[in-house]
Amino acid sequence: MKPMSSLTYRHFKDRLFFWTVCIFSALTAIPLILIIWEVVKKGYKQINLNFFTETAPSTLDAMLARNSGELIPGGIANGITGTLLMVVIASLLAIPTGILGGIYLSEKPKTWFSILIRFLTDLVQGSPSIVIGIIAYSWIVKPLGSYSALAGSIALSIMMLPLIIRSTEETLKMLPGSLKEAGLALGASYTRVILKVLLPSAFGGLFTGILLAISRVMGETAPLMLTALGSSAINWDILKPTSAVPLLIWEFYNDPNLIDMIWSSSLFLLLSILLLNIIAKQVARKWKIQ
Amino acid sequence: MFYSLISGAIPAFEHFGVFRFIFSAEWDPHPEAEQYGALSFITGTVLTSFLALVFCLPFSLPVALFTGEYFKGKKVASVISAVIDLLAGIPSIVYGLWGFYTLRPLIMDLGLSSQGFGILTASLVLAIMIIPYAASLSAEFISMVPRELKEGAYSLGATRLEVIRNVIFPASGSGIFASYILALGRALGETMAVTMLIGNTNNIPYSLGDTGNTMASVIANQFGEADGLKLSSLIAIGLLLFLITAIINFIGKLIMKKLS
Repeated sequence: MKPMSSLTYRHFKDRLFFWTVCIFSALTAIPLILIIWEVVKKGYKQINLNFFTETAPSTLDAMLARNSGELIPGGIANGITGTLLMVVIASLLAIPTGILGGIYLSEKPKTWFSILIRFLTDLVQGSPSIVIGIIAYSWIVKPLGSYSALAGSIALSIMMLPLIIRSTEETLKMLPGSLKEAGLALGASYTRVILKVLLPSAFGGLFTGILLAISRVMGETAPLMLTALGSSAINWDILKPTSAVPLLIWEFYNDPNLIDMIWSSSLFLLLSILLLNIIAKQVARKWKIQ
Repeated sequence: MFYSLISGAIPAFEHFGVFRFIFSAEWDPHPEAEQYGALSFITGTVLTSFLALVFCLPFSLPVALFTGEYFKGKKVASVISAVIDLLAGIPSIVYGLWGFYTLRPLIMDLGLSSQGFGILTASLVLAIMIIPYAASLSAEFISMVPRELKEGAYSLGATRLEVIRNVIFPASGSGIFASYILALGRALGETMAVTMLIGNTNNIPYSLGDTGNTMASVIANQFGEADGLKLSSLIAIGLLLFLITAIINFIGKLIMKKLS
């Protein structure tokens, strides 16, 4: 055996592997670029003021506009308001519960109750969004007899809950124990320490977790199809069917006359989600626990 | 939660029997002789998810090595992980649109399937969707391999590739395996993108170009117009899907817990 050639061979193999890793890693970025490029290219021309203030156009209007070569009239105001309504209600439901749950898990990590909670959190987090849609359907839609924004919000809040519980728990765990001890040593009660010491110092982490949870559920379509159904008018009544941006995209997708609207709605949705993500990252960086 | 799924599914199970429901491939909504069975959807789900896992492997593993080993803590690695995060943030429905308008014509041009719909298209898009989960989790396990182990191997004259193959993979193997199992759990439950790409036909798919339906996509497609026995059958499929993903996730978590 020739040791030198074998060494060269080994080095060659090493280099080759390194570059393969680099190339394939770079390749993963391609779908992202392609998707964003396509959405921007096809979506930007429909975005104007009407896009945000008017409700979704009817098929007939869209067909007429297309035939005369104009932009499709109308916008996605019903979707934007619906998404807003449902995300706000879902947040109101999920944030307090989630933070309280997270505090419990980090304060009492070993009791049987917290083990059960952790198990359930994992279970819900792993379950497919459409199954959560079915559950919200049988909880809310069936007893009330109609599709509603409330049902959609419940579905979204079920999806947000495990994310918030987990991020709260992780953030609180990272806080130094001395912080709590110092508070207790000053004679503050346990509740006071949690409210005035732990939560404020964990604020950055909690906020990031909440923003990420919101950005996660904003793009959800499947559970909303089974719960909020969609509506062609702006609706603020939580007991009535409501539209949402992803639901509108699904409607546009199923209607050949409205194809141009798909891309602008997707662009809007994508931009809002990216914006939330970026804000979350910035907050996380600024409020990082030392 | 569990209770409401089960109570919704009971009529279907009672009517057809649990066993027959799972292993029957018939899905016939004729009002007189309704026949519902989940087998074709189960095969569709399993087939697309496993294919997606296979397609995602050659991309997510290099990304994991890139961020977790080669460029650990460097700026390039954070760029790649930002890209991966963004990929994870894109909503399922946008992936579906992209697959429909970009990937589908490509598949048609290649002559893999006449309509461009089908198992292959759906699993390709699914693969892109689960890359972030698989890559970020396995990168974590790869970066957790103790330094001493790696340095020991280097001091024996091993090249980087040999360290990766003989030290890092054995040490983090079960962690990587667990992260792929969790990614599989994601793929099983994905709804919108698959619904838009798989073709939505109620049959057992036999080849890559075949159209089919997954458990999630049949629910998304037919829930709106369903009532009575059909509704109950769809809820039963939801229950099955829930059980399958729960078991998969549980296995993944169990392996991870053993490690830490």
